[in-house]
Amino acid sequence: MSARTRELFGLLPVSLLVVAGFAAVLATRTEDIQDATLTYGAVFLGLCVVAHLFIRARLPDADPYLFPLAALLAAIGLVLIYRIDPELAREQAQWFVVGLVFFCATILLIRDHHVLERYRYLIAAGSIALLVLPRLPGIGAQVNGAFLAIELGPIKFQPAEFAKLGIIVFLASYLRETGDILVRPRLRPLPYQRQILLYGVPALLTLLAVLVLGLGPAGSVLLAVFVASLVAVLRERPSPKHFGPLLLVWGLAMLMLIFIRDLGSSLMFFGGFLALLYVATGRLSLVGVGVTMFFGGAFFFAEQVSHVRDRFDVWLDTFSTERVRCPTTGEVTEFVNCQGYQIAQSLFAQADGGLFGEGFGRSLLEAPGGNILIPAPHTDLIYSVLVNEAGLFGAAGLVGAYLLLVFRGFKISMLAADGFSKLLAVGLTSVLAIQVFVIVGGVTRVIPLTGVTLPLVSYGGSSLLANMVLLALLLIVSDSARRDRIRRGGLV
Amino acid sequence: MNRQIAQLFGLFVLLFAVLVAFTSYWSVLDAEGLEDNPSNRRALIREQKIPRGLILAADGDTVLARSIPRGRGEDRIFTRIYPTRGLFSHPVGYSFIRNGRISLEQSRNDALAGEEDEFESIFTGLEGKEREGLDVVTNLSVPGTEAAVAGLAGRKGAVVAIEPQTGKVRVMVSVPEYDANLIPTEFGRLNRDPNKPTLNRTTQELYPPGSTFKVVTATAALDSGKVTPESIIDGSSPREVSGVPLANAGGVSFGPISFTDALTNSVNTVFAQVGETIGRGTLVEYMKRFGFYEDPPLDYPDTQMVPSGIINGDGEYVEGGFDVGRVAIGQGGLEGEIRSAPLQMAQVAAAVANGGRLMKPQLTDRVVRKDGRVAERIEPDLQSRVMKPETADQLTAMMSRVVEEGTGTAAALSGITVAGKTGTAEVGANREFTQPWFIAFAPVDNPRMAIAVTVERTTGQGGTVAAPIAKQVLEALLGEGGG
Repeated sequence: MSARTRELFGLLPVSLLVVAGFAAVLATRTEDIQDATLTYGAVFLGLCVVAHLFIRARLPDADPYLFPLAALLAAIGLVLIYRIDPELAREQAQWFVVGLVFFCATILLIRDHHVLERYRYLIAAGSIALLVLPRLPGIGAQVNGAFLAIELGPIKFQPAEFAKLGIIVFLASYLRETGDILVRPRLRPLPYQRQILLYGVPALLTLLAVLVLGLGPAGSVLLAVFVASLVAVLRERPSPKHFGPLLLVWGLAMLMLIFIRDLGSSLMFFGGFLALLYVATGRLSLVGVGVTMFFGGAFFFAEQVSHVRDRFDVWLDTFSTERVRCPTTGEVTEFVNCQGYQIAQSLFAQADGGLFGEGFGRSLLEAPGGNILIPAPHTDLIYSVLVNEAGLFGAAGLVGAYLLLVFRGFKISMLAADGFSKLLAVGLTSVLAIQVFVIVGGVTRVIPLTGVTLPLVSYGGSSLLANMVLLALLLIVSDSARRDRIRRGGLV
Repeated sequence: MNRQIAQLFGLFVLLFAVLVAFTSYWSVLDAEGLEDNPSNRRALIREQKIPRGLILAADGDTVLARSIPRGRGEDRIFTRIYPTRGLFSHPVGYSFIRNGRISLEQSRNDALAGEEDEFESIFTGLEGKEREGLDVVTNLSVPGTEAAVAGLAGRKGAVVAIEPQTGKVRVMVSVPEYDANLIPTEFGRLNRDPNKPTLNRTTQELYPPGSTFKVVTATAALDSGKVTPESIIDGSSPREVSGVPLANAGGVSFGPISFTDALTNSVNTVFAQVGETIGRGTLVEYMKRFGFYEDPPLDYPDTQMVPSGIINGDGEYVEGGFDVGRVAIGQGGLEGEIRSAPLQMAQVAAAVANGGRLMKPQLTDRVVRKDGRVAERIEPDLQSRVMKPETADQLTAMMSRVVEEGTGTAAALSGITVAGKTGTAEVGANREFTQPWFIAFAPVDNPRMAIAVTVERTTGQGGTVAAPIAKQVLEALLGEGGG
């Protein structure tokens, strides 16, 4: 069976899922299953088949599982959003169509992804400009204290979603070129006297710093890892100028933390960067320096910037019953019912889901009288709604679907022959995976909750469009990689 | 590079595993903890949206509790109405979001709220049905309950009637009662009321059972073979028991008398001797067979039941060290005094009536779905074998004499033979009040109903105060046509 035929057959169960999902939601809503559900399924299948035919024509050798997996996630998203608000689902469906147009346009315009390398500085500059846009007066809009969106008349747009693509393209191209220079070939091991000197002196200095500054355990570990990694990096005597980009990207991430005030996006960008850095250089020491610098900076700003600090407080003391004056309502209430409300309600909703969930369309979103029980159910907390309605099994299935998507993305990267293709595929896949981790980790209290979307599932036009473009880029890389392999006879 | 890519994938597998692990923790492992969190109002809100099932009397027709909708659409919620007002308030209880729930509303909450296990909820989910509560049909008799309330006539007290062969609780009346419809508005006042209207006197209050406890003593004596109904025992009064003289009621001295006659005339001195003969261990063992020392196995919240038993001056349950002669006649002292809930004494009568086989008391008959299918039928269940059938026959004959010619003649029914035992405990600081009791079952040859009646802090004897109430209730229950 050819790759494309496999893709086509992969789309059929997805369409069935759309039918079943809408049927379940409609059944709880109106008690009789309308023909509409079949129509929805058919329309969805039709759209996907059109996209499939397009892939068949333009990228015949591309990975056959990526598109059905993405369609599956989008379908889950549509059903969940429909259950929350049919009007939003209608909009999201329109965005899905526009997304498919973007998807096809990307494939049409970029016949060979290597052309992107030529424009890498332009792309980088454009991405940074996109990131800064929401901070500009007049068009910037604040969402939950973070500057994430711009408003142009009726259109609300989250530029960070597209910026992440641009930054990854830039980093992939940049690291392809400098990755080899950034590190030298491994050196001969030092005689042990000099090794003791090399590691002993910094270790003593670290100990001294810990004692003098009175650092806590977390800070001490951070500092120790930082020093150890730094020593390992310096030991290879890299030329100082190549540290420039590392520092630049770190600075950019910190800037995002302060100016855009969004820990989630910042984590996403920097995580993607570190993933690329590791794949390009194979040096854990570099990643160690980067990670410790990021967390050090994050902790520093957590102390300094109230918005970031609040997020940490909410994360650590979600269920605190301390009485506080609620900034949104001005009333004195318990912490858990004000700042902790969103994450606490997210967890309560998940607890109600149990193993199998309450069933599609049966989750409790609002209390009688209009008190919201799951805030932002269609964006930030859509995962909580899923756990509530489909239970642990449904949620594990969703995470599994993302993992398969990540697996296919990395597979593409492994098959690719040239460095840019490899790094591009790894970077795009990693940034998507980190985004999943950031938002799902946020609503399950693994990390502080930040407002990024659940890729392809959450409501939101910019996010959906950006991820459809991401998907298109992955397929383009995949097509050329697999064609090469087939030509060389390495792929069955 | 491919090695790094594989390692990176491993990292993401790990991170995603963490996500699933945390999701499992919140949704399954710690779910109960989150559901119990006081800030979590989901369960309460969901319950408000479900029409709770009906609670019905034994006739399957009289509605004791039902839900009515308020508001419309997404805002529609249901609240509880109790059409019989105070009549069934103690067995039925109440269920309100702000005040919580008690009694059957609590003990049968899962059925009333239509709660299902995980697998069932998948199927209802697939069928696309709204969750709704199941109806609970009780064993409670409307005429029996009305007769009990009329009989007590406003006096504080309790009446419990049980079907001996099945354990069905047909009457559970505690006066004063409260109107459950007033709970949302007058919760505080009802709970502060010195008359304690929200206290279920049949299960939550312990009284000195007086001479009705002689049935327990007689069971232990006869069943252990220490005494026969024909044994002749000295009924002189007064008689020294544990170093203190004990007198018969009215100071009557009976002389040598048969054990049967001693029960008929409730001779204290005879029963005190019998108690000393059988000893503390045997008495406590038989008490436990009757269900003393533990909550009754009733479908009723544990928090609303108190075990009967021998309680010392510090309020502790004791199984030894007490004055067995005085406990044997339903009294006691600081080292241990017998105290019993009315439900427990009804069970004593029921055990004798059913040939020594004590059945678990049950308020609920069945749980019914809205489409009429029976979801659960509560079958009769043996609580314990208290005594040999022969012992029960002997006791039945002796207790029949009490109603025919002894202290309980006021309970005699026309055309139906009744077996019973009166009791009159003295209470109050100067023993100025009485706690009259009557326990009985009828008809004697095929007992269909056992009953316990007591009136709190009044004046008068068990035979004159409590027995007539028992008579009225038995007439109402047996007149139902076997009920």
